[in-house]
Amino acid sequence: MRIGLFIPCYIDAFFPEVGIATLELLERFGHEVVYPRDQTCCGQPMANSGFNADCAATEALFVRNFSGFDYVVAPSGSCVHHVRANFDAVEQTAEVKEVRARTYEIVEFLHDIQKADAFPWAKFPHRVGLHNSCSTLRALKHAAPSELHEAFFSKPMDLLSKVEGIEFVKPSRPDECCGFGGTFSVFEEVVSTKMGYDKVSDHARAGAEYIVSADTSCLMHQQGCAERIGVPMKFIHIAEILNGASA
Amino acid sequence: MSSSPGMLHPELLAQDGTDSIYRHGRRLDHAEATSKPLRVKREPQPRGAKIHGNRPVDQAEAAARFIAAPEHEKMHDERLWDLRQKRDREMHGIPEWEELRSLASAIKEHTLTHLDEYLDQFEANARSNGVHMHWARDAAEHNRIVHAILNDHGAKSLIKSKSMLTEECGFRHYMAAVGIDVIETDLGERIQQLDNEDPSHVVVPAVHKLRTDVAQVFSKTIGTDPDNSDVHYLAEAQREATRPLILAADAGMTGCNFAVAETGSVVVCTNEGNADLSANVPKLHIASIGIEKIIPRFEDLAVFVRLLSRSALGSPITQYTSHFRGPREDGEMHFVLVDNGRSERLGLAEFWTSLKCIRCGACMNTCPVYRRSGGLSYGATYSGPIGLIIDPTFNARKYSNLPFASTLNGSCSNVCPVKINIHEQIYAWRRELVKQHEVPFVKKAAMKAAGELLSRPVAYRAAIAAADIALAHLPRFVIYNGLNAWGKHRELPRPPKQTFHSWYHANRGDKR
Repeated sequence: MRIGLFIPCYIDAFFPEVGIATLELLERFGHEVVYPRDQTCCGQPMANSGFNADCAATEALFVRNFSGFDYVVAPSGSCVHHVRANFDAVEQTAEVKEVRARTYEIVEFLHDIQKADAFPWAKFPHRVGLHNSCSTLRALKHAAPSELHEAFFSKPMDLLSKVEGIEFVKPSRPDECCGFGGTFSVFEEVVSTKMGYDKVSDHARAGAEYIVSADTSCLMHQQGCAERIGVPMKFIHIAEILNGASA
Repeated sequence: MSSSPGMLHPELLAQDGTDSIYRHGRRLDHAEATSKPLRVKREPQPRGAKIHGNRPVDQAEAAARFIAAPEHEKMHDERLWDLRQKRDREMHGIPEWEELRSLASAIKEHTLTHLDEYLDQFEANARSNGVHMHWARDAAEHNRIVHAILNDHGAKSLIKSKSMLTEECGFRHYMAAVGIDVIETDLGERIQQLDNEDPSHVVVPAVHKLRTDVAQVFSKTIGTDPDNSDVHYLAEAQREATRPLILAADAGMTGCNFAVAETGSVVVCTNEGNADLSANVPKLHIASIGIEKIIPRFEDLAVFVRLLSRSALGSPITQYTSHFRGPREDGEMHFVLVDNGRSERLGLAEFWTSLKCIRCGACMNTCPVYRRSGGLSYGATYSGPIGLIIDPTFNARKYSNLPFASTLNGSCSNVCPVKINIHEQIYAWRRELVKQHEVPFVKKAAMKAAGELLSRPVAYRAAIAAADIALAHLPRFVIYNGLNAWGKHRELPRPPKQTFHSWYHANRGDKR
């Protein structure tokens, strides 16, 4: 398959290792992966703040970059959710609709499309707390959210369970939002950071060495919170573990 | 008489700045024989949002003050999270839970899309039950109607049970101004009334208060010992103080959880039995009813009763589910049907389903922002997620900040027993408020600039490079200052040696 690799702006700038892991992981499964050089962002920061009209040009650029691939894959749940659910500032041509429908988050791509059943190259002998971001949990439906009466399932846990040596811890509030919330993190920074402190403390009490997530934005926020209050915790994107990161 | 605060030991100073060495009109002696151990300093209760007329309420500012009171914030968060967990346990006991939610949502949708017919039916049936019917276009008309009914009966005191609609109407303030005593009979609501503070939650109105806060309020208003915060003592004292007022009241008032069109009856759910006291002790009973409270048939009630208390408090049912159908012998019953913006809301394509709300408060209990902010931080009748989508319909300018007090995490929509897509409506309100120009200029300018930068790859690349270099080389005090909201309470990510973009160029440069 020919895959367009979408690396969201903050991953490009601050977490290149997440982008590299995603690229290598997709290549391990034999895909032709292309990174369109002119990509910037999906428009989510403006859209989440209500400024939909200001997204139109960014969304049009996104479509120019990612048109024509079999799939567009990104290591970010919230960006993929934006593209799929709210990407409507740009005129909804057939091409736009096509790109939106073909855009996948890496976990759901590996689980639902690739149906990956083994990661023989991966070992991660550590205790991890899984952070399902709100976008992946409740919008992309990675797992059964605790509020609903439905049978348990978890796509990220399905994938991670195939990694040798990994051990999961159970925080007391597994589905609680960590407080990032896009621009919420700066417009309501006191509430945002308090939620972050509580989140990392909950995982620390549960015995986690690492917090793993499919959303780097949540991890960026949680890492900043943990460092500020002195909670010793490491953070890693799920693609890094699945690609065989050792620690 | 007061002495200079500087002369007093700080532990003896009252939290409100008054001179506390005078208590119960008596000066406290410092003689060894009568002295008590100095009290541990009590954390003062954080107060709600500062209201400046029509100016936008600053929820974030009030939330920050709530978080700055860690005892209150912790208790509030844990107490409401406990309700959420109890709700989950009840949910798991009902195999058909999701079906029930869908059914409740469908009944509400049907009713709201045939509201005129069901209101007519309700009115006709209530009239034939001997109830006096009134229609109020808005809050002011509601208050005037109730006032006129009370005047007709020469009533000077009114006992009432909890009602968010009367909060919406500013009813207590109106009655105070016309000289009628209103006595709230719900314990939490009574605490809030005595403290001259609005309810902070639709079901547990004083949940933001510690019991020591309640002890302070009661000591000032009903004369309890300010140092005794034993809940049994406080509840008993309130009961002793309020029962005589209930027995002597001239009129009673209730809200309405469900108005059944088929029977013309009103159903009120409480845990304290206070609606029954309010309705049955005086001869005159007035019920204030929001027009969206209608359900078509008596059997529909079963669906909502099963959902309401499970969602609200995680209990299978409220202690009391009281049906009021007609006046007692020698008594009178009045129903006031209130619109107050509901018809207009029904016409809003993206927001009309908010009228399905049955005021269970589940969205508040689950909301991580609400739990850490306190309900009073919203500065509006309705707080928490449901407040974010209802309040702007009352006043788009004043409540323009509220839809931004959310991470859009979606937990509220998942717990909602009538399946309102609350978080999607919060998102839609943000768009709507930008369209109506109700967002600050700074935000507008920032978003416009972001939109322009992110749609120009070359300019964007230059900006990323500059930002990385800046972060890597600027001293800490330049990055972590009052102007950088990210860095006030958390660390910034450290810039890597190279961006993904430049790594790709260096390592996979041949690919396009």
